Amino acid sequence: MSRVAEASRAPALEARAHRLFAVARLGEFVERESVFSWLMLTPPLLFLLTFLGYPFFYGVYLSFFRREVAGPATFAGLGNFVTLANDPIFWQSVGNTVKFTAVATVLKAAGGLGMALVMNQNFRMKALTRAMLLLPFIVPTVLSTVAWQWILDPGMGLFNRLLVVSGLATTGPSWLGTPAMAMLSIIMVNTWRGLPFFGISILAGLQTIPAELHESATIDGAGTWNRFRYVTLPSLLPVIFIVTTFSIIFTFFDFQLVYVLTGGGPANSTHLMATYAYSLSMGAGQMGLGSAVALSMVPVLGLLLVVLTLYVRKD
Amino acid sequence: MVGELTWRKRLFGLWLPLALFYVVALFPFTWMAATSLKTNAELYDPKAMPLTIRHPSLVHYIDLLRETNFLTWTANTMLVAVVATGISLLLGSMLAYPLARMRFRGAPLLAITVAVTYLVPQTLLFVPMADLIGRLKLGNTLNAVMLTYPTLLVPFIAWLLMGYFKTVPKELEEQALIDGASRWRAMTRVILPLCMPGFISAGIFAFTLAQNEFLYALLFLSRSSVRTVPIGVVGELIRGDAFYWGQLMAGALLGSIPVALIYSFFVKYYVAGLTAGAVKG
Repeated sequence: MSRVAEASRAPALEARAHRLFAVARLGEFVERESVFSWLMLTPPLLFLLTFLGYPFFYGVYLSFFRREVAGPATFAGLGNFVTLANDPIFWQSVGNTVKFTAVATVLKAAGGLGMALVMNQNFRMKALTRAMLLLPFIVPTVLSTVAWQWILDPGMGLFNRLLVVSGLATTGPSWLGTPAMAMLSIIMVNTWRGLPFFGISILAGLQTIPAELHESATIDGAGTWNRFRYVTLPSLLPVIFIVTTFSIIFTFFDFQLVYVLTGGGPANSTHLMATYAYSLSMGAGQMGLGSAVALSMVPVLGLLLVVLTLYVRKD
Repeated sequence: MVGELTWRKRLFGLWLPLALFYVVALFPFTWMAATSLKTNAELYDPKAMPLTIRHPSLVHYIDLLRETNFLTWTANTMLVAVVATGISLLLGSMLAYPLARMRFRGAPLLAITVAVTYLVPQTLLFVPMADLIGRLKLGNTLNAVMLTYPTLLVPFIAWLLMGYFKTVPKELEEQALIDGASRWRAMTRVILPLCMPGFISAGIFAFTLAQNEFLYALLFLSRSSVRTVPIGVVGELIRGDAFYWGQLMAGALLGSIPVALIYSFFVKYYVAGLTAGAVKG
């Protein structure tokens, strides 16, 4: 009886040994660097492919179709791009975007450099100051933009009230009401929000410059300006370059500020490419045309990314 | 003589410019607060000084909480931000860990791809994204933004965490492996606990970004009960051409406070995250 039991147990034992062996081998397999890596990478990559990769290529596909929100899509080839090429509002939005990005970026970079140089001195409550000055960048953009809309209100807004109360003017300008003033205003608000990003990043860069560099320059007889010109600025260039490129990307593709403050008006004078793409696709329901506007921004992004990659590689 | 020079240098090189930066950065918040605490009679009185308050009143706050869904929007915003941050931290570290610490074919290319995806703006994606969310029947649900916010956050988090993961010496992991730990155990018990500051930094960043998001919320959430604060304030307190400035400013201020509070507790980590990209480059 017991011999029979033993005999019947042997294959079971063997099977168990096999299983253990298989588990061990699987364990070894998973322990391989490449296998472990790809097991970890697969879920996030699948997620990004579904929700970033797919929409991107679907957007490219959409731009070749004439498609109203409700109706069926009809292939249009390059029709949408031809329509845009003949659309004066599209070209106006391109010009606005370039002007907005260029002026705001220069102002933010110059102001941020100033803020960083001022902050890079010894004074009490420096940490608190840094935290306070960064607030415009932290607070939800839409909410601070609504506050700016009220500041710029022609009748009862803060700016015009201060102008009238101080006697500088009897009625203030219409900050958002004329094309030139509206452009000035959106640049001002974007600068207000983005300047601390430059300031704090450049400050972090300043703090990595070794003090000895300044000391030896002083011993060599360099004055304040020459120390700034030949020591500080060259050491800061990498930081300034990267922060500026980032900021150009975010400013060029900005949407919410203009959407809330002017809605692209008056008379399309502040439409950026992003808000124009939105108003075509969501307002007018022309998904294909809206996608084409968005897609025409890709070369700019591509160029900036290539420049950035080359620069980072060079270091 | 020297003392006077330093004094002047301090005044014009430090205190005056600093005061200017303070005024410019903070006056909009002062204006928000002043507006929200005035009665309409005082608010629209052309002779009243704009920045002083004669008769403080909470009427706009009471109206805001009674007449609008502001509390629901706040709860929605918090829920969405917490869930989106959680998903993004999980997926982001799964992406960052192998890229920072493992050698396998395609790793450098993948690392560049992650950095590039971080810089692909929403503006390029919103039209097809609206279509995708519509086809998944997720319109007007919080799931729509909980699923799409991580697309904005994961690449950035992965990039930030890669920097932190790289700082842990390889020897620590090798020692754990020699002691018989699996790669998984070495990661969860040895490496990740050492990277807590990185997780806090990434978490704070993701949380504030999720609270600020506007475009996807605008596209996907049109029913009042599922709106977030930014979209609720802009969508429902601006009624046609009539502006309810008192309520609007009360809403803008209340909506900014949670972000500002969390930020003030973790300023150090926030600044570390903000400058990581630029300074490490």
